[in-house]
Amino acid sequence: MSDDILFDLRGISKKFVKGNDTITVFENLDMSIARGDFLAIMGPSGSGKTTLLNMLGGVDQPTSGEVVFDGKRVDTLSENQLAAWRANNVGFIFQFYNLMPMLNAERNVELPLLLTRLGRGQRKKNVAAALELVSLSDRAKHMPKELSGGQQQRVAIARALVSDPKLLLCDEPTGDLDRQTADEILEMLTLLNRDYGKTIIMVTHDPEAAKYAKRTVHLDKGEFVAKELAA
Amino acid sequence: MKDVYLILKNLTRKPLRLFLTVFATFIAFMIFGTLTAFQQAFDAGVDLAADDRLVVVNKINFTQTLPIAYVNRVRAVEDVVAVTHLNWFGGYYQEPRAQFAMFAVDAENFLTVYDELVITDAERAAWIANRQGLIAGKSIAESFGWQAGERIPVNSNIFSQRDGRTDWDFDVVAIYEGADPQTDTNSVYFHYEYFNETQSFGGDFIGFMGVRTTDPERNEAVIAAIDDLFANSPAETETVPEKAFNKAFIEQIGNLSLILTSVVLAAFFVILVIVGNSMILSIRERTREIGVMKTLGFTSGRIFRMVLVESLLIALIGGMLGVAAAGLMVSLVNQAPIQLPVLVLGGSVWTQALLYVAVLGFITGIVPAMNALRLNIITALSRS
Repeated sequence: MSDDILFDLRGISKKFVKGNDTITVFENLDMSIARGDFLAIMGPSGSGKTTLLNMLGGVDQPTSGEVVFDGKRVDTLSENQLAAWRANNVGFIFQFYNLMPMLNAERNVELPLLLTRLGRGQRKKNVAAALELVSLSDRAKHMPKELSGGQQQRVAIARALVSDPKLLLCDEPTGDLDRQTADEILEMLTLLNRDYGKTIIMVTHDPEAAKYAKRTVHLDKGEFVAKELAA
Repeated sequence: MKDVYLILKNLTRKPLRLFLTVFATFIAFMIFGTLTAFQQAFDAGVDLAADDRLVVVNKINFTQTLPIAYVNRVRAVEDVVAVTHLNWFGGYYQEPRAQFAMFAVDAENFLTVYDELVITDAERAAWIANRQGLIAGKSIAESFGWQAGERIPVNSNIFSQRDGRTDWDFDVVAIYEGADPQTDTNSVYFHYEYFNETQSFGGDFIGFMGVRTTDPERNEAVIAAIDDLFANSPAETETVPEKAFNKAFIEQIGNLSLILTSVVLAAFFVILVIVGNSMILSIRERTREIGVMKTLGFTSGRIFRMVLVESLLIALIGGMLGVAAAGLMVSLVNQAPIQLPVLVLGGSVWTQALLYVAVLGFITGIVPAMNALRLNIITALSRS
């Protein structure tokens, strides 16, 4: 595998058993994602794009096949090993932000750092830097309910970035935002990809959002139907 | 910010629910603390009874009298160190409902047999010398505001004087204290001679005797000797160790221990349901957040511990506040002008409470903690 490849999915299959039926989401899917890529995954509902994102993020395991990240297989890791792998390598950005409602912005951003050995002082510095990056330093003490949707998503981005992961996984990151705010968030993701070298994989329904990605793949019924549509 | 901060934030996110849950636990532990103090106070009559002390009562039952002539005969029994005798007086102060335990006793020997009642030698001598003198327990004296040196009238709801009066005049010679904090200081003792000479029912009878033996191991032999002495007489005796006598006396009220334990168990069961339900609901509401935490890299075991600690904290806060409130109640009861045994909320109650806190916290937390442990990330994120 080339050193430029961050993610390599080899012969991935994913099946669910529902009652007497077996539902196949993917069958023998291959995919490579280069370091520094900004990939948009599009497709209709039920096409398997969120399932694919979950497997890339280590929150779901393939029924068969190999998931190789940075040269190491992650599909064979135990639950606790996967949790540690996610904490070290992956930042997650969700459609509905998923901030902890009882924590203020800076405490929310600090959450992933609780999984590290960093001291309180260093954690505070990293949190301040992450909030600065998303231009929310002045909202550090605000509770999520006191922030707009766009601001909450920026806090979520700061939380995803604070432990400096190689990979950002975004599940419909602009799905709950108006166009203008969505563009601001997408520009921020572009900046993180371009200036900070973050590899970004974004699931979206929105063709406008996909335009911000370096490339887009379309998934339908568990298969890539067209690749490399956008540049 | 470590896990403790997250636990505290989760705990306080719904202040009303937290308050109600802690309050419910508080009430249960207050009931537990107070009733346990009562139970221990009643048990103290048994626990503090001297092993080398016997009680001699009429075999028919302890309300029947014995001839005073028995006292000297018992004194002569081998291995008997001292004998005193007591008559229930049925005393009340100023109004019939202010009734208390008052006995006419053989003052010279009384404090030898009941040496847990503490007064000075000078006070003892003064009491023996004053036929109208009485000694009153600290608790009863405080209830009625009696001071040593004071002259007081006490009525009897059983006896009358030969001139028809039901009140007797007494000198309060001394206020005795207990050798142990739970020694009963709600009783009053005065001279049998004064009682015997003035009451109109006819004299020379006693209620029961207190007997001190040389050694608890000699009790059985002394009991047999005393009861044999009066066998087949018009007033046969039944001699029992003081512990057994006190236990039987308390059990007349009913099985207090069972009653108190049942009340405490009922309170704990209700709390178990309330707090357990509240915890399950609380964690269910946080399903998505738990899913997010797991996604970020928090392990299931860590989340399990956080939920369990949250439940233990609720039990700990409510439990300790409840026992502290029980301490306050006990102190109020002890200060109240009512004749009750001295209540003590000791270290054993706190230790028991801590144990129950741990059990309650564990039981109410284990189900939601297991739910959180087993929660699948995808299920959690898709549920809401």
